[in-house]
Amino acid sequence: MYEIIAFYLFSALTIGLFLITVMSKNVLYAMTSLAAGMVLISGFFFILGADFLGVVQLIVYVGAVMALYSFAMMFFDATRDIKEKNTNSALIFLLGGLSAVVLVLIFAAPIHSDAIQALYPMHEGVGNAQDVGIVLFTKYLVPFEVAAVMLLVAMIAGIILAGKKMDQSLTEDMAADDEIMTQKDAK
Amino acid sequence: MIGLTHYLIVSALIFSIGLMGVLRRRNLLMLFFATEVMLNAVNIAFAAISHYYNDLTGQMFAFFIIAIAASEVAVGLGILIVLYKKYGSLDLDDLASMKG
Repeated sequence: MYEIIAFYLFSALTIGLFLITVMSKNVLYAMTSLAAGMVLISGFFFILGADFLGVVQLIVYVGAVMALYSFAMMFFDATRDIKEKNTNSALIFLLGGLSAVVLVLIFAAPIHSDAIQALYPMHEGVGNAQDVGIVLFTKYLVPFEVAAVMLLVAMIAGIILAGKKMDQSLTEDMAADDEIMTQKDAK
Repeated sequence: MIGLTHYLIVSALIFSIGLMGVLRRRNLLMLFFATEVMLNAVNIAFAAISHYYNDLTGQMFAFFIIAIAASEVAVGLGILIVLYKKYGSLDLDDLASMKG
């Protein structure tokens, strides 16, 4: 009973929040609704019994990725509304709606589930985090290490790309720059 | 009772919302948000299949998708900052340098 209520509540809220993310003109509104939608998606994971995945979603997406976005937003003008030249909006809504209908029809089709067998089955009486850890560090050890190297490469690339000319101002407001410089000189 | 189909349909709807955003957006930062929506939709589908077939493989793939999304954001935001320093705008129409 609670599962049904939670499922419908979470799905309605998530779809609404992601629609705001996609449609909003304001970067701040889009980012906030994206963060809220991600929190609700971790709620889906908790309903589905994937506890560890839900916690990882909260820490990595809502914690790290959204913090990174909000830091990056400080470089750009976040308060100003974005002017976008939307050419042929009706065609895009038609294409998006068509793809939604096609995907829903595909997923609503009956599944021939006899042919599907669990490759790494979950164990009764064992916690989800323990199960995930055993499979991740035995069967998926090599992809795990490759993912670690990939994250290291991404970190170095991010530092090198964003760190160049960090002392130069990005804004075109020269008066504000001069004010900052005079305050710096006064110290 | 909530079945696998319910979760897959929600995932398909969220994926279509993200696809619509990718088609519609002209601002690069907003385009990144739309790709995050699409990645999250796929994660829901993986977790649901993992639950209903009692198989951990789906959760494993969701973990790797989260790792890839995190590194994509790190590199992508670095590129966005470089682009903004060079052109002063994140609009795709302004960034088009090869006009045919």
